Amino acid sequence: MRLAAALLVLATPALAEVQPDAIAAPRPVRHLSDYGFFDDLAAGTPAPGVVPYVISAPLFTDYADKDRFLYTPAPVDPGTGGLLDLPVGSALIKTFRYDDHRVETRVLLHQASGWKAWPYVWNADGTDAELRLAGADMTIDTGHGPAAYHVPNANQCKACHIGADKQITPIGPKLRNLNTGDQLDRLAAAHVLTSVPADAPAVPDYTDTAVPLDVRARAWLDANCGHCHAPGHPADTSGLYLTWDEADPLRLGVMKRPVAAGRGSGNLEYDIVPGDPDASILLYRLTSTDPGVMMPELGRSMVPEEGAALIRDWIASLKE
Amino acid sequence: MTKHLILLALLASPAAAETFAIAPGPDAEAALQEALILAQPGDEVVLAPGRYDIVNQLSLANEDVTLRGAGMDASVLSFKGQTGGAEGLIVTANGAILKDFAVEDAKGDAIKAKGVDGIAMIRLRAEWTNGPDAANGAYGFYPVESRNVLLDGVVAIGASDAGIYVGQSQRIVVRNSRAEYNVAGLEIENCYYADVFDNLVTNNTGGLLVFDLPDLPQQKGHDIRVFHNRSLANNTPNFAPQGNIVGLVPAGTGMLIMANTDVEVFDNDFADNKTVNLIFGSYVKDFTDESYYPHPRRIHIHDNRFTGGGTDPDPGEFGSALRKALGVPVPDVVWDGVMPLSQWFTTGLAAGEGHLVANNSHATNPPYANADFVGFFGLPFLHSVKTDPAELSEPLAPLPPVQVVIRGRDVSHPGAWAEFAK
Repeated sequence: MRLAAALLVLATPALAEVQPDAIAAPRPVRHLSDYGFFDDLAAGTPAPGVVPYVISAPLFTDYADKDRFLYTPAPVDPGTGGLLDLPVGSALIKTFRYDDHRVETRVLLHQASGWKAWPYVWNADGTDAELRLAGADMTIDTGHGPAAYHVPNANQCKACHIGADKQITPIGPKLRNLNTGDQLDRLAAAHVLTSVPADAPAVPDYTDTAVPLDVRARAWLDANCGHCHAPGHPADTSGLYLTWDEADPLRLGVMKRPVAAGRGSGNLEYDIVPGDPDASILLYRLTSTDPGVMMPELGRSMVPEEGAALIRDWIASLKE
Repeated sequence: MTKHLILLALLASPAAAETFAIAPGPDAEAALQEALILAQPGDEVVLAPGRYDIVNQLSLANEDVTLRGAGMDASVLSFKGQTGGAEGLIVTANGAILKDFAVEDAKGDAIKAKGVDGIAMIRLRAEWTNGPDAANGAYGFYPVESRNVLLDGVVAIGASDAGIYVGQSQRIVVRNSRAEYNVAGLEIENCYYADVFDNLVTNNTGGLLVFDLPDLPQQKGHDIRVFHNRSLANNTPNFAPQGNIVGLVPAGTGMLIMANTDVEVFDNDFADNKTVNLIFGSYVKDFTDESYYPHPRRIHIHDNRFTGGGTDPDPGEFGSALRKALGVPVPDVVWDGVMPLSQWFTTGLAAGEGHLVANNSHATNPPYANADFVGFFGLPFLHSVKTDPAELSEPLAPLPPVQVVIRGRDVSHPGAWAEFAK
């Protein structure tokens, strides 16, 4: 019976309507088209109810562009700044592309038993994407040089998308990340949010040079490091916390010794030495591409040059 | 094609335990990782004999899954060409049993288990095949922030930090294992309740380490028993990358206990560790963490056997200090004598926080010295070495054995263990 149902899903052609059964399926469907998230996959046109969105401080992924879409079966109370409380049946869809070349689409599905994360890799024609539980490796010309691009496997999705309760969780769609331009109004009009709060907090755009340097740096660290380097999260073994709201300079790495860095220390003594970026392990690791050294551990094979320059300037600006 | 068949088979399958058979070949990495993702509680992923060239970190995130090979020299996961991920294999799910395979040449740590309840590593090998090198990964076996940890019969070679390292964990057994040519052979750091026994540590920079460090989520390590181990000729020059605390361990250290509480060391053999066979003392680097306590408390060292060693202390800062303060051969058991200044100037260690050194046998060296590093480094005109272990006579009772329960079974009990380890 389960087999028959599964085969039915596998055999169903692309539909212009979101398929709740595919979102709820205990085993992932084979093709991205099986979810019905898109009217026209090749063109990237979302189906009714699937809403595009952006976040103000995104994670660096080898210079890939990301198209984000959100589907919720019912409008969500926006809350006060944290992660949107998306109900069971919701889906987050993120496509990674270089110009018109779609590489992969990652889906996060909210099932009754919790969130599931599955990676789909696009075919050469760009007409559909196929489930790749074990991930994939490919070389891509990014426009910033070649990337040894790695599509994370389903477990590696959890490496970042994991909450303090060890369950999979979304990262990006926090109210403070969505509060950019008129996006909150647009999300309310699209029935994603029940309302727009009057004083919603906002994480700044770290590329906006009008924003103070330390604020930009903290926004960049929060987006690129804070999902792991936070209490209860995978990198808390280090005692280094890089979240937006961390207030203790030592926890942020200032004159903090590494704990289990191994050669990730780069023969340096402290995570951050105020005024001395080149003596700071933090900068050393985010400019490395050696898998045993680099940070973040996953999601990039190239150096985030702009982010590294920002962190360099920030550390240089810190007073002893 | 195989992949789709596996998927369809699982879609149709009932709850009976599955076996995923993996064989070497060009698709082995994808097949192995996919099996580790699909395996459900009770399932086994089985590695046929052979060599597997793996380029991406492997990960296991589902509960109660067994990954086993045909032997630590038969089924070898080689990460020589690794391009992605910070360790060879990471386990983030409870109840994992890993046995009878090897992880070689991981770019970072070889096998890490983070935040799990129940992890068994049995007859595994973690090795960097080029020998000691600062470019090797930090840890061979690395359970951290975990509970109910069992390492039995593992072999760790060439780690640039610790071959066998258990950090910030609780209820731990490490036994029947061997650590060789690592910076630290076997290290228990910021842990509660560990039994370390029947292990051999040799040719490391430091053999056995029981540490507590500041600025970590779990601190004030305590209740560690280290017994019936052999710590022999750990004289390999320290090759840790700079910045790592383990870099301060002098070559030639048989055992180092730092800033821990309630540590019982008994019935071990220490031999030919050129700097010192056994030293215990305080964390000496600067720290600001107010919840951290840098001094050891209630260290109990008894019924150990000492032979040789202490003859040629490491020329670095620590070894030189030992040589200068104590002469050679350095006595077999050294306490650094560091304590809060308020105590140092007055009555010494607070009641109930003292140590006990008794009933050890010494073949060649003086049995004991209190090096008084407070005086040696800070107040030389008051420096005074003491050599009678009777000054450490806190009445300390033996610590109770540690119980480790994995998948509901008490694997610290020999009967249950036999079934478990098959």
